[in-house]
Amino acid sequence: MSNLNINAIRADFPILHQEINGYPLVYLDNAATSQKPRQVIDAVSHYYLHDNANIHRGVHKLSQRSTDMYEAARGKVRQFLNANSDKEIIFTRGATEAINLVAQSFVRPKLQAGDEILISHLEHHANIVPWQILCEQTGAKLKVIPMTQSGELDLTDFDEMLTERTRILAIGQVSNALGTINPVKAMIAKSHAKDIPVLIDGAQAVPHMTVDVKDLDCDFYVFSGHKMFAPTGIGALYGREELLNAMPPYQGGGDMILSVSFEKTIYNELPAKFEAGTPHIAGVIGLGAAIDYMWQIGIDNIAAQEHHLLEIATRKIEALSGVTIIGTAPEKAAVISFMIEGVHPHDVGTIFDQQGVAIRTGHHCAQPVMEFYDIPATARASFAFYNSEEEIDALINAIQKTQELFA
Amino acid sequence: MSDLRELYQQVIMDHNKRPRNFREIDQANHLAHGNNPLCGDKLVVYVKLEGDVIEDVSFKGSGCAISMASASLMTEALKGKTIEEAQAIYEQVHKSMTGEETDRNLLGKLEVLSGVKEFPARVKCATLSWHTVHAAIDSEHDISISTE
Repeated sequence: MSNLNINAIRADFPILHQEINGYPLVYLDNAATSQKPRQVIDAVSHYYLHDNANIHRGVHKLSQRSTDMYEAARGKVRQFLNANSDKEIIFTRGATEAINLVAQSFVRPKLQAGDEILISHLEHHANIVPWQILCEQTGAKLKVIPMTQSGELDLTDFDEMLTERTRILAIGQVSNALGTINPVKAMIAKSHAKDIPVLIDGAQAVPHMTVDVKDLDCDFYVFSGHKMFAPTGIGALYGREELLNAMPPYQGGGDMILSVSFEKTIYNELPAKFEAGTPHIAGVIGLGAAIDYMWQIGIDNIAAQEHHLLEIATRKIEALSGVTIIGTAPEKAAVISFMIEGVHPHDVGTIFDQQGVAIRTGHHCAQPVMEFYDIPATARASFAFYNSEEEIDALINAIQKTQELFA
Repeated sequence: MSDLRELYQQVIMDHNKRPRNFREIDQANHLAHGNNPLCGDKLVVYVKLEGDVIEDVSFKGSGCAISMASASLMTEALKGKTIEEAQAIYEQVHKSMTGEETDRNLLGKLEVLSGVKEFPARVKCATLSWHTVHAAIDSEHDISISTE
């Protein structure tokens, strides 16, 4: 049981207080995107109402204020991830762009045909496709750590898969489709023992647990703001300073230069070198406000409440006949993928929606995981700390209604 | 929930559970693959044309209740029809799903599919087999279509 006052927390999320098809909204699609607390919405709105100007240019007051707020948010992200320096925090559109940045600016220049990139069977498409593009460009090979029936990484042959040709290990900390928490710290240690750099896709981890890049000892860490109560279109890349320093820019444009002439352009220092063009300033400020909000609630409290919800929901679903949970790893984030016998997940989604219960149905941008289980899709309920036990009952009720309809 | 009963009518449930003409046709001279990547519906439609008459039509695949029932109902409705008649039926089905005025005589049993008009996210499930049979008839080759 957690220490959170759920009613008080739910009051921070105006969107939760509405009816869908005559039923109270039960939002259980948090792994797709989280809802935003009033504190984040207000921060974005306050910025546009009072402070909006372009950053890192202009001597006028608004520009100065915008710049200060933007850089203050960078400091919060640095602290949120426990990075060493603000220079190690690069704002991106999200985890996807951050992975593409590392693929193209860090890995590509080092790649020879026949080199290897190691990912896992559990990855989101965002941590598959950028590497496939890179392989097409360079003749490198994509190698995949297999998974087990319970939805965990099969690390039996992991040591052998880390070869002298492996140029990067890119792995998700938490599976979006199944919720599995991967043992990334141990995997990073093994990779580093062979001097193989590691990127961690933390998109599904940061909303749910304390992340410490120094403790993990990863080389790169990426995440999206919108899954952790911040606006869409903003995320961040953490990279070790010495690695980022040695990397060429990902995109060219304004703000990433010190001087430009037609003969020679001098790139800016970190982190500006990787932030070409006017960034999503309001999004960055919203991300900072989301981090403040999570700190105020307490990340340990968030984790405890979600674990509580996961345990209750798992127990109640397991008690139903004709329902199978897909992904049963002992270490899981609050994600439950499931199948109702005889009912296609897409029908499940429609029937749930008619009862106000919002879940994700489909392949969750993880088609290889679906293929592993030989299913086209799953229904997925994913929880946030603002979900209540009553909402679990609504979920169970929706499952039973679906079974009745299809009986 | 009343819209839901409208969508998942008995006929739909029956055709989902026991899809008609759920088989391959050995002498099919037209065939196309249909794919709705968003929800994972996948089917193959087989057509045996004799001149401009649909001598036989069948399908195989997997998907949600709406896509399976729609495909099953489609095979029943189109068997023995000319291409021109099939086209007219297809147009009526499409109209019924978008809430337009329809010719009930032409639509017949297929009217049960009109329940999807209250569920815009599901229209693609219901139209998949119809797009696919259209593609099959139009082409001499095995082609793939997608309703993403």
